[in-house]
Amino acid sequence: MEGALTAVSAPALRGSRCPRCEVAVYPADPACPNCGGPAAPVRLSGTGTLWTWTVQRYAPKSPPYETPEDGFRPFVVGYVELPEGLRILAVLDGVRPEGVRIGMRVTLAAGAGVPHARPAGVTV
Amino acid sequence: MSGAGAADVLVCGVGITPFGRSEATGLDLAAQAVRTALADAGVPWPRVRAAFGGSDAAGNADTLVTRLGLTGIPFVNVRNGCATGGSALVSAVNAIRSGAADVALAVGFDKHPRGAFDPRPADWGLDEAYGAEGLMVTTQFFAMKIQRYMHDHGITARTLALVAEKAYANGARSPHAWRREPLDADAILASGMVNDPLTRYMFCSPGQGAVALVLCARSVARELPAADPVALRAAVVRSRRFGSFEVFSPWAPGGIPTSVSADAAGAAFEEAGIGPDDIDVCQLQDTESGAEVMHLAECGFCEHGEQERLIAAGATAIGGALPVNTDGGCIANGEPIGASGLRQVHEIVQQLRGRAGDHQVPGGPRTGFTHVYGAPGVSACTVLTR
Ligand SMILES: [Zn+2]
Repeated sequence: MEGALTAVSAPALRGSRCPRCEVAVYPADPACPNCGGPAAPVRLSGTGTLWTWTVQRYAPKSPPYETPEDGFRPFVVGYVELPEGLRILAVLDGVRPEGVRIGMRVTLAAGAGVPHARPAGVTV
Repeated sequence: MSGAGAADVLVCGVGITPFGRSEATGLDLAAQAVRTALADAGVPWPRVRAAFGGSDAAGNADTLVTRLGLTGIPFVNVRNGCATGGSALVSAVNAIRSGAADVALAVGFDKHPRGAFDPRPADWGLDEAYGAEGLMVTTQFFAMKIQRYMHDHGITARTLALVAEKAYANGARSPHAWRREPLDADAILASGMVNDPLTRYMFCSPGQGAVALVLCARSVARELPAADPVALRAAVVRSRRFGSFEVFSPWAPGGIPTSVSADAAGAAFEEAGIGPDDIDVCQLQDTESGAEVMHLAECGFCEHGEQERLIAAGATAIGGALPVNTDGGCIANGEPIGASGLRQVHEIVQQLRGRAGDHQVPGGPRTGFTHVYGAPGVSACTVLTR
C-alpha cells in the first residue's frame, strides 16, 4: 500500500488524531492529550509553514548531543505548522540563518531521527 | 476563602543568603536563611508549628531539623521544579488558614553546577534522537517563544537588551545579587548570539542561594513586637492547560497558546481582590530578557506589544510607573530553582517595608506581586500588601 507512495516522496510523519475533538498530535499517542479518549493513527501532511525558529549557535552538551564527525556547525531549528492544526519541532536544513522567515513554506519529512524540514521547492 | 481570611496570613520574617557562588552547601545556605528569617520575625524556632521546603538539586529540606532543633513539628519536603518555593509557600499559607498552625516556615534553596541545566530525553518521555540531534536545549525554547512573540507584537531586539541592562543596573544596587556590574544595552547586544534573538548576557545562569519566610496568623502578630509584617493576600500555583507552548515539546497545538502564567496571575488577583493596575512593584520570571517582556502582558500589566514603548520609556525601572525585578531578577541573581520564587517574595516584602536599601522604590509602595514560571508549564504567583 505505502511502498509506491514513499518511493516517490519523502516519508510522511506518523501522528495520531482524536475523532472526538479533532486534535492531531506527533508522535502518535493512543490517548488524546485534550480529552483522554482514544486516538487513531494518521499520516501527517508533508508541507507546512514555519511558525517560529532559532539558530543553535553553540555545540549542545555531549552526551546526549552526538557531534558530527566533521565537527559542530550552527543549525536552524523551528516549529512547522501543518494543516492538521499542530506545530512540529524540526531541524531546518537547506537554508542559512539569514534566509529564514516566519511564515515561509517548508516540506517536512520523517527520517531515522527527529523530523527534518527544508524550504519548499528546494530539492535534496 | 474570603478576602478577609486571605489577608489574615502575615509574612513576619524574611531571610536571604548571597546568591553568588561560594563553598557553602545548599543545606548550609538554607539553615542560614531560616535563622535570618526567625531573627527578623523575633520568633524562636520552637514556636514554629509547621514547615515546608525544598530544593531541586541540593537535598531534603526536612533534614534542617538537625541544625535548627528537633522540636517534632511536621516538616514537609516539596519538590516541584520551578514552583518548589511557590508550592512550599502555598502549603504554609494553607496550614495557617486551616488552623493547623499559627506560625509556619517556608524555605527554598538550591545549588546547581556551572553551565546549563542538563536534561535527559528519557526523563521527559522523548525519543533519544532529540538529545542526539541537539534539540534538548532549554535556551532554544525560550528563543523560539520570544521570536514568535516579537513577530506578532512588534518587539525589537533592543527592547530585549534594555530588559537585561535594567537587571544588571538593579543587581548592582542589591547586596545579595550575583551579577553586580552594570552593563549597557550595546554590550548586551554584542555579547554573542546564543539562540537568535537572545544573546549571552540576556540569560540568567544556574546558581545558588536560599530564602526563608516566617508566616504567622494575624492573632500571633501581637506576640511579636519587633516584627514588621506584610500581608500575604494571595498565593497560587497552577499547572498548564491544553494548548500551552512549553520546553522540550516535539509538537505544540495550533492557535494562540494558552498561558499558565495568565491563569496563575488571574487566580492570584481574584483571591486578593485587587488587580494589576493596583500593583506598585512587581517581580516577574526573567529566565531571559524575552520572558520578562512576555510576562508583563501575560500577568495583565499591559497589552501585548505595549512593552516596546513602556520599556524604552523606563516604566519598568526603579522610579518608573511599574518597577519590575527591582533586585535584578534572575538575570542578576542567577536561578537556584528552589530559591527563586521565594527570593521574589523576599524582595517585595522588603520593598513594602521600605527596607530595600539602595534599590528601594521611591514613594512608599504599598502593593506588590510576584510571578514564577518554569518547566514543565508551572507558575506560582503572590499578591502582598502593606
Ligand atoms: Zn480528544
